[in-house]
Amino acid sequence: MGKVAIIDYGMGNIDSVLRAVEECGAEPVLTNEKAVLETCSSIILPGVGAFSDAMRQLKKLSLDLIIKEQVLEKNIPFLGICLGMQLLASRGTEGGDTEGLNLIKGSVARFESNAKDIRIPHMGWNEVVFKTDSQLFNGIDSGKDFYFVHSYHFKPDNDSDIAGTTPYCGEFVSVVGRGLIFGTQFHPEKSQKTGFRLLRNFLEI
Amino acid sequence: MLKTRIMPTLLYKDLGLIKSIKFDSWRRVGAPLQAIKVFNLREVDELIFLDISATNAGREPDFALIDELADYCFMPMTVGGGVRTIEHVRKLLKVGADKVSLNSIVPDNMSLITEIANKFGSQCVVVSIDAKRDGKGGHEAYTHSGKMATGRKPENIARQAEESGAGEILLTSIDNDGTMEGYDLELIKKVSDSISIPLIASGGCGSFEHMLQALATAKASAVAAASIYYYTEQTPLEAKRYLEANGIKVRI
Repeated sequence: MGKVAIIDYGMGNIDSVLRAVEECGAEPVLTNEKAVLETCSSIILPGVGAFSDAMRQLKKLSLDLIIKEQVLEKNIPFLGICLGMQLLASRGTEGGDTEGLNLIKGSVARFESNAKDIRIPHMGWNEVVFKTDSQLFNGIDSGKDFYFVHSYHFKPDNDSDIAGTTPYCGEFVSVVGRGLIFGTQFHPEKSQKTGFRLLRNFLEI
Repeated sequence: MLKTRIMPTLLYKDLGLIKSIKFDSWRRVGAPLQAIKVFNLREVDELIFLDISATNAGREPDFALIDELADYCFMPMTVGGGVRTIEHVRKLLKVGADKVSLNSIVPDNMSLITEIANKFGSQCVVVSIDAKRDGKGGHEAYTHSGKMATGRKPENIARQAEESGAGEILLTSIDNDGTMEGYDLELIKKVSDSISIPLIASGGCGSFEHMLQALATAKASAVAAASIYYYTEQTPLEAKRYLEANGIKVRI
């Protein structure tokens, strides 16, 4: 495991991700600079907050272009967590219609619930059913619980990009994967042993 | 299926963890870092950490303390106490809090909820409401660790908080706090029925049966408890086994 860039763009709980990566035995580097990013062997995009705000921040720092270059041209493994996963999409609606990174085609929409017992945000531990044999899932049983806290979810255009789903408001996509680009709607850094196993799997790619 | 969360609450005051009875008569119960390490080892669902003297002492949240605690907390943590500005929220999230709980600032400043929700998302705004029976068959909300009456009903504050963008309500009964005689089911039911965001019930838990009542009868989404873990040998895991045997979906 080499150096892992954790992208610092002013959106949320980066310290938790940093600590978790450290615990997994890799060397996290908190950065938003191109020169530093280019020395890293993988990239994690964390984030909590609103889609439009986050994209604005990424663009302001030219991180959208830098990420695309690293991921698409240099084939560096990429993991988006929570909002970081949603930003992979082509477009989002939170805080107004906004273009995303467009690394995995699809859109981000708010959960709609009419049932009294299906409350939004989706908050707590819920199972993830694996749809592929992605290397992210090595050594983890399908159906294990991970920690979620979100009101929006990613709807990929292509079924082949869906790596895992979770039952809530029907069913939603909780893991996406396309080549070495991954995204988890849940927080592996807050999902204890199972979450750490998934993070380690990513860091070992 | 989404699992019901069983959460320990840690109350912090004057450099240590305490447990109160009816928001009064404090007793020291240990050091925060040690408690976090134990709960981390036990893989509890989520933790609530409230610095209950910050607002009354006119202090900001203790960012350095939260930073240290979060380094050992690989489970979700809600942090409250002394949170008055969006900058406080940004700093708490940065040092490792997953959600931030607002209490004393809320009744007069709903716009802060909206501001935080717009910037960091609704999911990280927990509005904590402390309520007491008003002697007229209803309840009244209090702030400043139960010292200041608001003249308002908790269900109205909860509803307005949701409309303003809150992601969750933490509802504590001042009357039942620390008594271990059970949650205030009437209060929980009333507030839960008024909102469509998750509700965490708190105050009064003394047995696993109390948790079941709060969840099944009063329709809380999650239960918080403190005394039961400090003063009895019972653990969150045993609570979950009991709840599972009684038809509540939990993570074991």
